[in-house]
Amino acid sequence: MVALPGVDPSWSAYLDVPSSAPADNPGTIRTWHYLDNAAALRESGTEVRGTLLCVHGNPTWSYLWRTLLPAGTQAGWRVVAVDQLNMGFSQRTGVFRRLADRVTDLEDFAAAADLRGPLVTVGHDWGGVVSLGFAHRNRSRLAGVVLTNTAVHQDPSRPLPAPLRLALLPPVRRTGTQTTTAFLDITHALARPKLAPEVRDAFRAPYRTVESRKGIADFVADIPRDQSHPSFPALTEIAEGIRTLDVPSLLLWGPHDPVFTETYLEDLTRRLPHADVHRFEDAGHLVQEDADVAGTLFSWLRRRDVAADNTGRAGATSDAGKVSGSADAADRAFTPLETRLTEAAAADGSSLAVAEMDAGRVRRSLSWAGLEADIAAVAAGLTRSGLGAGSRISLMVPPGVDLTVLIYACLRIGAVIVVADAGLGARGLSRAVRGSAPDAVIGIERALAAARIFGWPGRRISVEELDPARRRLLAVDTSLAELRTPAGAPAGLRPPPHPDADAAILFTSGSTGPAKGVVYTHRQLSAMRDAVAETFGIHPGGALVAGFAPFALLGPALGVASVTPDMDVTAPRTLTAAALADAVAAVDATAVFASPAALRNVLATETDLSADGRTALQRVGLLLSAGAPIPAPLLERVQALLPDAALHTPYGMTEALPVTDVDLPSIRKAAKDAAAGLPGAGNGVCVGTAVHGARVAVSPLGPDGSADGEPTTEAGVSGEILVDAPHVKDRYHRLWRTEAESARTAPWHRTGDVGHFDAAGRLWVEGRLGHIITAPGGVLTPVGVEHAIEEVDGVRLAAVVGVGPAGTQAVVGVVETDPPVRRNRPGLAEAGLADGVRAAASAAGTKLAAVLTVPALPVDIRHNSKLDRARIAAWAEQTLSGGRVRSP
Amino acid sequence: MTVLVTGASGLLGGAVAALLRAQGTPVRTFQRRPSGVPGAQDELGSLTDPAALARATAGVDAVIHLAAKVSFTGSPADFEAVNVEGTRALLAAAQDAGVPDVVFVSSPSVAADGTSYAGAGAAPAAPERARGDYARTKGLAELIALGESEPGFRVAAIRPHIVWGPGDTQLVERVLARAKAGRLPVLDQGTALVDTTYVDNAAAAIVAALRRIEHVQGRALVVTNGEPRPIGEMIAGICRAGGVRPPRWSVPGAVARTAGSVVERVWRRSGSTHEPPMTRFLAEQLSTAHWYDQRQTRELLAWVPEVSIDEGLARLAAHYRAPGPRF
Repeated sequence: MVALPGVDPSWSAYLDVPSSAPADNPGTIRTWHYLDNAAALRESGTEVRGTLLCVHGNPTWSYLWRTLLPAGTQAGWRVVAVDQLNMGFSQRTGVFRRLADRVTDLEDFAAAADLRGPLVTVGHDWGGVVSLGFAHRNRSRLAGVVLTNTAVHQDPSRPLPAPLRLALLPPVRRTGTQTTTAFLDITHALARPKLAPEVRDAFRAPYRTVESRKGIADFVADIPRDQSHPSFPALTEIAEGIRTLDVPSLLLWGPHDPVFTETYLEDLTRRLPHADVHRFEDAGHLVQEDADVAGTLFSWLRRRDVAADNTGRAGATSDAGKVSGSADAADRAFTPLETRLTEAAAADGSSLAVAEMDAGRVRRSLSWAGLEADIAAVAAGLTRSGLGAGSRISLMVPPGVDLTVLIYACLRIGAVIVVADAGLGARGLSRAVRGSAPDAVIGIERALAAARIFGWPGRRISVEELDPARRRLLAVDTSLAELRTPAGAPAGLRPPPHPDADAAILFTSGSTGPAKGVVYTHRQLSAMRDAVAETFGIHPGGALVAGFAPFALLGPALGVASVTPDMDVTAPRTLTAAALADAVAAVDATAVFASPAALRNVLATETDLSADGRTALQRVGLLLSAGAPIPAPLLERVQALLPDAALHTPYGMTEALPVTDVDLPSIRKAAKDAAAGLPGAGNGVCVGTAVHGARVAVSPLGPDGSADGEPTTEAGVSGEILVDAPHVKDRYHRLWRTEAESARTAPWHRTGDVGHFDAAGRLWVEGRLGHIITAPGGVLTPVGVEHAIEEVDGVRLAAVVGVGPAGTQAVVGVVETDPPVRRNRPGLAEAGLADGVRAAASAAGTKLAAVLTVPALPVDIRHNSKLDRARIAAWAEQTLSGGRVRSP
Repeated sequence: MTVLVTGASGLLGGAVAALLRAQGTPVRTFQRRPSGVPGAQDELGSLTDPAALARATAGVDAVIHLAAKVSFTGSPADFEAVNVEGTRALLAAAQDAGVPDVVFVSSPSVAADGTSYAGAGAAPAAPERARGDYARTKGLAELIALGESEPGFRVAAIRPHIVWGPGDTQLVERVLARAKAGRLPVLDQGTALVDTTYVDNAAAAIVAALRRIEHVQGRALVVTNGEPRPIGEMIAGICRAGGVRPPRWSVPGAVARTAGSVVERVWRRSGSTHEPPMTRFLAEQLSTAHWYDQRQTRELLAWVPEVSIDEGLARLAAHYRAPGPRF
């Protein structure tokens, strides 16, 4: 083999293998080409744990697996990547080889190559099927199964993917796959990003002539498109056989694949329910080229302890280190999320449970008994329409009565609710829905239109009644009203869902890359309710204004009446003071849940309040604001408006809601302590102490900005914030690697936030781990310096970012001024301001290389308040590299 | 131990010689004009004169070579003769005289190709893509000098980036003169982040290279203040220190680079000996980022800059406020 990029020529080997394939005459010898890191392993002296047997698909060859070989050498795995016969640099046999032949071929090769020890099969595309056929029939040595974009089953009721149908058309097949290089070219063009020319050439190297491409055409011809196809029985045997595979399994998937669509991933996860799944959100069919398949695979082999002899290798995850004891490790009694709701319906049925406001009055409401009855009716309707335990149901419904009913109905039947915030934007939302592969989408008309346009999977159920034409257009098969209508015999009693079954997939805001699905079990949702109830003293009987979605949905679970104010809940800025007062007055609310952006607007519209409105607000006893930190001066103004309210600003994230809590008096005290020099006080936002049932620690930062230190609560030590609580998420949805990284320090969840404790045990948040600046003088977090800069006259808001290579970054202050600079004049701050900002940063311990001003700093869409530091850093880097100054 | 400093009549050479003298080291200087460094023994002559070089290198223990043709303009042959052949001749003379150690003072521009450098290390000199005759010939000379390095004849290259300070005629005086005449534009608002080096820091780093020659021989190290600043802010700071109003008009960098090329050609054809108002090299320097990773430099030299940019600007201001004649 000639030298190719990424391949050490010494890996290339040939082997003569006696064939026992049905297609060959007895005694036939076939010459195989394969890549093998055995020599490198011997040289390195690494103990060999087992062998990865890698099988490429069509029309690639073993080159596809090249990154696995060096990684295997390092990790102590022999990696053998074959070129299937008639493919790559293996022999052109002149014999059409069907699936059954190919599985036997692989067995012949494995026997001749004398592969020893535990075996893990690795497959891609149609090679995935061949590798599974091998795995199915050779279980005694099988230690694991790894699959990348492949399929073993075609639902007869669904059409084949269009590109495949095209390739199978007889006139296209031979021309497209063999006579010309079209099939090769198209496959190579699927890489995201584009393949480097030399890599593309390497993929083509064994397929330069028409004769050499016959295997490609044969492979396509062997796709069993229906039951009459000769390879259909072999495929069916494999597809059914793998249902009993119980070895560790890993599915690595590139969702941007026009042929192996997510339908096939869904099918595989049902056949291999124990499989770990990682979807590389931006990757496509050639996922090996697009994403870090090698790194993920070997990390999985290590963490799953695949092929371990189980002596001394157990305990791959370290214990909690210096912080001992587990939060609430004692018996965790389980009270279903709906318990207080059903209790209230039984005890106090006629009083108000949920309400929606519209222009100053209650538009719609349900009593506890009414809510319970509606949930029961909708649950029965969902069951009738075939949804039940384990069904994933995407809810695209704005907060209010319908959403509340749907959530509790879904949970009652054991379905998994999928909730993504419209604040993600159409594209982000679409990615989230596709990634969660819902069985049904229940939504308002706008959401169903998006489902139609973006081709979201799952059947569609409308919240509103639509006319028949709209229904057809949006492919809606039933409506919420129809679900509510009893039909036939009432559904029988079903057992309640298991406490540890999945209950919800909530999507993150996506302010750091694509939104991630976060899976909660029923037990974890109940724990979230308990943490909120105990921490904030919210007990059955009260009433709350639900202006902040995640917590607000807990109202019925807490046994508390909840009212949705008149606002666009996807745009928190739309809550006015009058709308808040109306909602409070309508239900005599004692508690208010609102986001910081909503509170800003409430203050901005305070002057429109009527005297009655003001009086209503004076009765509020608790205000909870989560989502982003709130500057103390803003809180003081809120306090003036809600004089009797205890103002709490809990800290948390989609993966753990909430983590800590702090109230205004504690914030004042913390500021005083910081000024007085209490060790650890300052440099960040004080978020208080752990909520009920939770404990918090930090994993200290190393000089390169990575957080690998032993968990500690020592004052003044900055590190990644860790949380352990019964209400922490179960896992990320189909993001095995992300989950493994976030849970690598059991039992902690790693939040990706950086902070430290002060000597009084309060946690201070400094920013995101990804926003750490690694200057030559050391690691730096931005928030403390930003706050110092915001004290400078003329500065409204500040961001501190690093530009340049890690370890030697220049620190840059980017400020929004008051009054703002002209929209067309972002750039260097004028001299006086620059001097002031530099002096303030310097006093906070940081030397700034540059001070830039912008008309407005970008913030994330969901909260309208978190600085988009990644974008600011990219802009600063570009601006400071010279050239025309653009807008951030 | 006696050290030969070439080019001691310049700002940096003078500072190096003065620093060595202050440390009690005997200093001999070599250049065409008197160095003006108190206590130094001046040997006058040209790098193109082998006899003069032999006299200069006789009996010294180390050479610090700063003499060079530093300019934005001039004939390629002049640059070649002084910077390349002059260095070659000096190295030969030093070898003949049995001098063990040489510090070659170079410039980061020897490895620059006109694009941005952010947090960059010291890449090998690349004369074939250098921007202008100065960078090209300094790059060639650096390659020659480092190529001679071996245990018995240790050579290190130090590349200070944009040296400035009181008495600087290269950068400070030019900036002030042009700003005064209203001929100094800011390119692209002057946002390009640029490292500079206060003269005393550069001198200390060069002397440190001699002290640490066993650790740095055969290497090229970029030296800066480690405080990159936007070029516009730096120029404004120099203007304020010099009592001149900072430039206020901004020109797109691309325009200036093109104009620089044109001006260079016209200037060369006209045979003018004055500095042209804009050159392509200058336009690139003023419109692209140039800042460097200083971690390895500081570790290898066991040196840190002692004068910050702000302190340097304060000293510059004091220099211009001081009564008495200016040179």
